[in-house]
Amino acid sequence: MSGMSLHRGISPHRIGAMILRYWYLLMSSWPRLLELLYWPALQVITWGFVQYYIAQNASFFAHAGGTLIGAVILWDILFRGQLGFSISFVEEVWARNLANLMMSPLKPVEFLLSLTVMSLLRLAIGIIPMTLLALVLFHFNIYALGLPLIAFFWNLIFTSWAVGVFVSGLVLRNGLGAESIVWTLMFAIMPLACIYYPISVLPVWLQYVAWVLPPTYVFEGMRALLIEHTFRTDLMLIALAINLILLCASFGAFLALLRSTKKHGSLLTSGE
Amino acid sequence: MARMIGNDGVYRGPVAGRSASGAIEVERVIKVYKQTRALDRISFSLPRGSITGLLGGNGAGKTTTIALIMGLVLPTSGRVHVLGHRIPEESASVLGRMNFESPYVDMPMRLTVRQNLTVFGRLYGVKNLAGRIAELAEDLDLTDFLDRANGKLSAGQKTRVALAKALINRPELLLLDEPTASLDPDTADWVRGHLERYRKDNNATILLASHNMLEVERLCDRVIIMKHGRIEDDDTPDAIMARYNRTTLEEVFLDVARSRVNGVKEVVR
Repeated sequence: MSGMSLHRGISPHRIGAMILRYWYLLMSSWPRLLELLYWPALQVITWGFVQYYIAQNASFFAHAGGTLIGAVILWDILFRGQLGFSISFVEEVWARNLANLMMSPLKPVEFLLSLTVMSLLRLAIGIIPMTLLALVLFHFNIYALGLPLIAFFWNLIFTSWAVGVFVSGLVLRNGLGAESIVWTLMFAIMPLACIYYPISVLPVWLQYVAWVLPPTYVFEGMRALLIEHTFRTDLMLIALAINLILLCASFGAFLALLRSTKKHGSLLTSGE
Repeated sequence: MARMIGNDGVYRGPVAGRSASGAIEVERVIKVYKQTRALDRISFSLPRGSITGLLGGNGAGKTTTIALIMGLVLPTSGRVHVLGHRIPEESASVLGRMNFESPYVDMPMRLTVRQNLTVFGRLYGVKNLAGRIAELAEDLDLTDFLDRANGKLSAGQKTRVALAKALINRPELLLLDEPTASLDPDTADWVRGHLERYRKDNNATILLASHNMLEVERLCDRVIIMKHGRIEDDDTPDAIMARYNRTTLEEVFLDVARSRVNGVKEVVR
């Protein structure tokens, strides 16, 4: 993979080549496609019924309809976005194809950009049917959130990419021994991101930690919109600023891990 | 004494230190992995249009040397220039002009041969890609299984596909790590013939690491013998065999591996 910096420009042709590679893979394997659909559908059905049950028995939730199911959908955007990014990367390690890519003219930034596109494609395959299920089964239309949904979506996607870039760097450096991090790291921030409950539930000292995470702002913003019918622009802007810092930091970490991998000579033997 | 090592530990054989405009220039490169010195001040220069064999036992440093030239491994010290550009700093200028094949690296198994060649052709910015794939398919006898998944091919077919990928961009520099490993003698001979023609038709430079001495004797106009990360010898196959008073490179290889000179165990250097 050429160079480690952004110099000499980015080639859309090379990014397109990598997207084509992942598209061929996805289309050649029905279990991979099914996996994209299966879990989001299961999530929305389970949590939809939970929400339905709680709404019947608690006046607050009856009033604040959709907070749980909305949270589930937004959480899946965050989780599936990262997974779509990282799994595409791990596919190269599974295929023992990394060295082929690393010594081709493909630049690290082009590689990562192709993974972001794949993250969106894989996410669309899983999330669009999920939202339609929520609409048909539970009469929850997430698209009715309107323009705020765009702000929620991009903030969550940026966080998922930042985590995805960092995790991919860890797999690059440590091989498939680090694969479990791909599946579990996002869950580590789950309690602090306050997906299903307001941040005020956390102890005060932990709230400071939670506010470092952009998803916390998104889920607080979603509750403000669904319960108080207020769109908190301030929360979205802070989340965006933190996301930009996280994206830069994770890209820097990826380059450092790539350099370390080359120093330790493990690219040709990447695997377990 | 077979080795021609200077006081500074650097090989000073008859073909070392050729002109700076060579295809590959490796200068006093040291590579240390934790406690292991994988390469110990190796220096060599390969002229354009040459085929050079890199010989040595397991752990001699052949794969590390090739990985350094590709920029997949960073040297601890020393300098590497490829096609006139410093590696890895200027690798963006040369990676499109070189390619490689290695048994340590696979191509995606679920993709068909055509899909794999399409992806790599696009990565290398190959013009008239469909035509180039058809040309390679004919040259390397891939036509019958172009639309079969790579994972469903025999070892020999996979090697030919990997070779097609390595040639997709008509590289000026081709790095091959055991290019005929796991091939039957007939296919291996056929691959060697193809490499010879490719070098001749394109004035390409080829560096190949191999354990197959007959292959090196047939293909290479120069041999670099490595042992424990150092260059033990560097010359034409004939000159090396004459120096060791041997008739085959295999006998030379065994002498080097067992530290013998002219069949006698070397005691003092």
